[in-house]
Amino acid sequence: MSLHAQDDPALRAAQEDRLREVWKPPSGLFLRWTDTNNNRVGVWYTLTAFGFMLFAGVLALIMRTQLAVPDNDLVSANTFNQLFTLHGSVMMFLFAVPMFEAVSIILLPQLLGARDLPFPRLSAFGYWSFLIGGVFVAGSIFFNAAPDGGWFMYPPLTTRTDLSGLGADIWMLGLSFIEVSSVAAAVELIVGVLKCRPPGMRLNLMPLYAWYILVVAVMILFAFPPLIAGDLLFEMERLLNWPFFDAARGGDPLLWQHLFWIFGHPEVYIVFLPSIALFAMMIPTFAQRHLLGYPWIVLAAVGTAFLSFGLWVHHMFATGLPKISLAFFSAASEAVAIPTGVQIFAFIATLWAGKVKWSTPLLYASGSLAVFVIGGLTGVMVAIAPFDWQAHDTYFVVAHLHYVLIGGTLLPLFGGLYYYWPLITGKKLSDRLGRIAFWIMFVGINLTFFPMHLSGLEGMPRRVFTYPAELNIGWLNLASTAGSYLFATGVLVLVVDLALSPTRAKSPRNPWNAGTLEWLALPDDEDWGIRSVPLIESRYPIWDQKDFVAKVDEGRFFLPDAEEGRRETIVTSVLDAKPVSVIRLGGPSVKPMITAVALGSVFILTTYHLYLLAALGGVATLACVLWWLWDTAEIPEKPEKPIGHGMHLSLYRSGPAAPGWWAMFITMMADATAYSGLVFGYYFYWTVHPDFGEGFTGPGIAAPMIALAPSLASWALTLIAREVHARGHVMLARLLLIGGAAMAVVGLFAGLRCLDGLDPQVNVYPAIIWVLVIWTVAHAAVAVVMQLYTLARSLAGKMDPTHDADLRNITVYMHFFALTAIVTYMTIGWFPETGL
Amino acid sequence: MRGKHVAIAVLPACLLSACNRHQSTLAPFGADAADIRHLFIIMLVGAVIIAGAVALLMRHAVRAPEGAISHQKGMRIVLWLGGIIPTVVLMGLLAYSLPYMRPRPVAPADLQIAVDGEQFWWRVTYRPAGATSVDSANEIRIPTGRTVAFRLSAGDVVHSFWIPGLAGKMDMIPGRTNDLIVRADKPGRYRGQCAEFCGLSHALMAFDVIAMPPAAFDAWLAGQRRPAQARDGEGARLFAANGCNGCHAIAGVTAPTRIGPDLTHFGSRRTLAAGILPMTQAHVAAFIRHPEKTKPGVRMPSFPQLSDDQALALARYLQGLK
Repeated sequence: MSLHAQDDPALRAAQEDRLREVWKPPSGLFLRWTDTNNNRVGVWYTLTAFGFMLFAGVLALIMRTQLAVPDNDLVSANTFNQLFTLHGSVMMFLFAVPMFEAVSIILLPQLLGARDLPFPRLSAFGYWSFLIGGVFVAGSIFFNAAPDGGWFMYPPLTTRTDLSGLGADIWMLGLSFIEVSSVAAAVELIVGVLKCRPPGMRLNLMPLYAWYILVVAVMILFAFPPLIAGDLLFEMERLLNWPFFDAARGGDPLLWQHLFWIFGHPEVYIVFLPSIALFAMMIPTFAQRHLLGYPWIVLAAVGTAFLSFGLWVHHMFATGLPKISLAFFSAASEAVAIPTGVQIFAFIATLWAGKVKWSTPLLYASGSLAVFVIGGLTGVMVAIAPFDWQAHDTYFVVAHLHYVLIGGTLLPLFGGLYYYWPLITGKKLSDRLGRIAFWIMFVGINLTFFPMHLSGLEGMPRRVFTYPAELNIGWLNLASTAGSYLFATGVLVLVVDLALSPTRAKSPRNPWNAGTLEWLALPDDEDWGIRSVPLIESRYPIWDQKDFVAKVDEGRFFLPDAEEGRRETIVTSVLDAKPVSVIRLGGPSVKPMITAVALGSVFILTTYHLYLLAALGGVATLACVLWWLWDTAEIPEKPEKPIGHGMHLSLYRSGPAAPGWWAMFITMMADATAYSGLVFGYYFYWTVHPDFGEGFTGPGIAAPMIALAPSLASWALTLIAREVHARGHVMLARLLLIGGAAMAVVGLFAGLRCLDGLDPQVNVYPAIIWVLVIWTVAHAAVAVVMQLYTLARSLAGKMDPTHDADLRNITVYMHFFALTAIVTYMTIGWFPETGL
Repeated sequence: MRGKHVAIAVLPACLLSACNRHQSTLAPFGADAADIRHLFIIMLVGAVIIAGAVALLMRHAVRAPEGAISHQKGMRIVLWLGGIIPTVVLMGLLAYSLPYMRPRPVAPADLQIAVDGEQFWWRVTYRPAGATSVDSANEIRIPTGRTVAFRLSAGDVVHSFWIPGLAGKMDMIPGRTNDLIVRADKPGRYRGQCAEFCGLSHALMAFDVIAMPPAAFDAWLAGQRRPAQARDGEGARLFAANGCNGCHAIAGVTAPTRIGPDLTHFGSRRTLAAGILPMTQAHVAAFIRHPEKTKPGVRMPSFPQLSDDQALALARYLQGLK
């Protein structure tokens, strides 16, 4: 095509009309909330997370007021314990992590020149789950029923129902629900980064923010599931009296601490790296040059993620673990400072080499760097085990973690807010108010948290609702309290600035003269995301590629039209972003919202011990999921379509070329990680407690092997079904699927037979066997549903030998199911302490 | 960079004057706390230098004209300042700190003190080598100049045993026994406190620590081994009539029990209710009638039916247990 068809303005206008029509948001009082477009859902998500941040900030102000003077009695011990538990939990689970996901949902499609994320409805589901779970957890304090065991919820204080009430259940179940939504968002973001990049954007041309999203989402995938496993054991102990953490019956409170911190330490980097990612986008813009050391930054981010999983024991230096392991974990904790240093100095060197345009976002970036460096240096101190024995659980650590989280999460986010506000609203925020807010906050932060270093060294433990005058730390605490009010004033100024935004005029497009794709957004935003999907040849295409903006706007790149009236985006290959297919995206729908309500009801009803209703909620959730899935993976009306430049892309792919397959694979990685948390529990007892299982007869070897055989048969039959189906033997494949489902049912009941004669309330040995077996047979039950669903798809004509995504996806599930069955039945059969 | 100015002004002032002398990591009376303070001061000096250098560099970088450094020079800065120098400094720090991680050697002849954390008090048992053990509660006495081995556990939930002036903290975990080996150097009266959140009155779970010259300590321990010098009278009668002996043991007077704190030498302690109230008759009487007013969540039931006079009689009786 030499003379480009896109030269015709009438054609372009017609294309734009079609795109606008296809991407039109639903309207109406209720229907507008059924939108799934990332622009809308991302903004709701961000505002909700921001609201939770303000809420948790108010909780902190009440605490600071209580602690202003010694022996104060403004609030009771009971209220205070709820306040600090909720402050930490809300900031971590309802602000920091969701905020990253929210911002990423807004930015990622823009950064990648995609029309939307691959699973827009999944984002909407994640949002509604987050809203329901968040209101449930945060609202509990208004009923004096908030969790009060600290955000770390150490048993036995929190598992003994005589020592802790409903709050503990609200924490466990409410936040488990939110963890599910976090994992859902992580799946979405990983698939988005890997499969929805524009043609030509090889991995090493990706904007750094996308790299950080990938790294952080993978961390969520491996960090949250151990906590979910811990939550499961925890609630089994609270609701069913299975003694996982009860030392008197063979359990061990330390298992929870391990599972919690295997999650908890990566969590710190999960909330810190996205803010570094914002720096990585802002710094090149304000230095007006490429970022120095791109590959080093990528390696540093990956290295940080990797190391962060090896540090959790530094939260447990005072639990009496062997000293040699402390030395190892001290070293690992120090080591994580190195990649952080590389990232920070890459930013400084970039500013040094470039021409710095001073601006409000950059002010926030430098201020947060100053705060973060102080937090990082105290972090190096507490990583040294002997010093930690003094500092641990004192206000020194409170100071450290707030310097890190404010410098490493909050201030960068505020900087990002000033930077990206024009992208989202088309308007700039006030530079003047932004600066005023910054300086008030900056002084307030240091006045609040710096004295805490000293309060801690002077003997003030954390989580105390009061302290005696004789410690002579009243003046330090008074300074902290004054600082916290100053800090809050700064936040208030920032909120005022945001509130004034609707009265301001639109700013020009790309007001900071940035070089990355997201700044293609127009001040009057179109919902189609990007006019045409560009071919990428540079990390900063707006700066480097000739006539780039005009070409995108005139639809001269790919997919400039929506001829069939469908929402579409391009799928490319994982490593080098070669175009693979065009996928049809889900549009506005009530299904995500209804599914979130159904799933939420399971968690919330269980909290109140309404098990029967909760079970009904579970059935409803399953029904919703199947209803939702039924019109996915549809067979297109034609095999392929043109996307411009003479290229034709397939409209249907299955297996690893399809985003759906990746979503299944990644979800199952999370599932397997949660399961390995339970297996870790079994071997933790097995290795740490010499009397594990003593005096109990286990399931023996025969029963588990009898359960394993049909489970593996079910897997094999599914695998064979996939192969014969692909070769055109549809009837045979259907029969094999029926056989597979039957075998899974047999495996399910044979699995339950392993539990005969084992009472899980008596001792931890039968209890952990119960959990492993229940996990496995529940997966068998899901396998049955999947096999029958696939069968129904085949019978309904929604699957044929060339359109077999469903069958390929459930095969992925079956691989993981087989692995789970092998590990469970081998473990309980061959590794008992007695009975061999 | 305002924070750092505050840092430079406030910290030395406090290091010199120490805000308090009896519950501070900066005012050590034990060998381990002194070591850790030394380590802290070294790290503090390093941290101030590094923070200052980074701030100056940042300021310089932002003000430098375009192209002030080439790409190669920029990469060298990242390599040296971000990679090599931090690695060397951190390895040095780790090597320097490793000896501090080694446990203090302990001999079988050293005094053992078992301490159990309970909501919200401390059960203390002295186990001198080759002699009978002695029960006590909420106060710990140790000899100076001798190695002492604390054997730490917990009865109900996780607590943490922390005497800031003596050594770092060690958690007390149900089902486990952790060792903390220490040596006090300076005699005096100090204070320890629970450092792991343990429920409603976590903030109100402290204890007195008295470091004594060895000879004085030995004499004191011998005195503790004697049964209580209890007087008969109204207080003794009320103690039995109200069932106090169901939970509290007074050696030589009541049958042994381990539910509540041992009261054998109650009158010789300096504070009441686990380091919370001064040991006065009025406080003891008020605590007996309404313990939950002082300590929310306390296990001890309240005795509102006691009259003022009866409560005072009980207090007199208990304070007579020296």
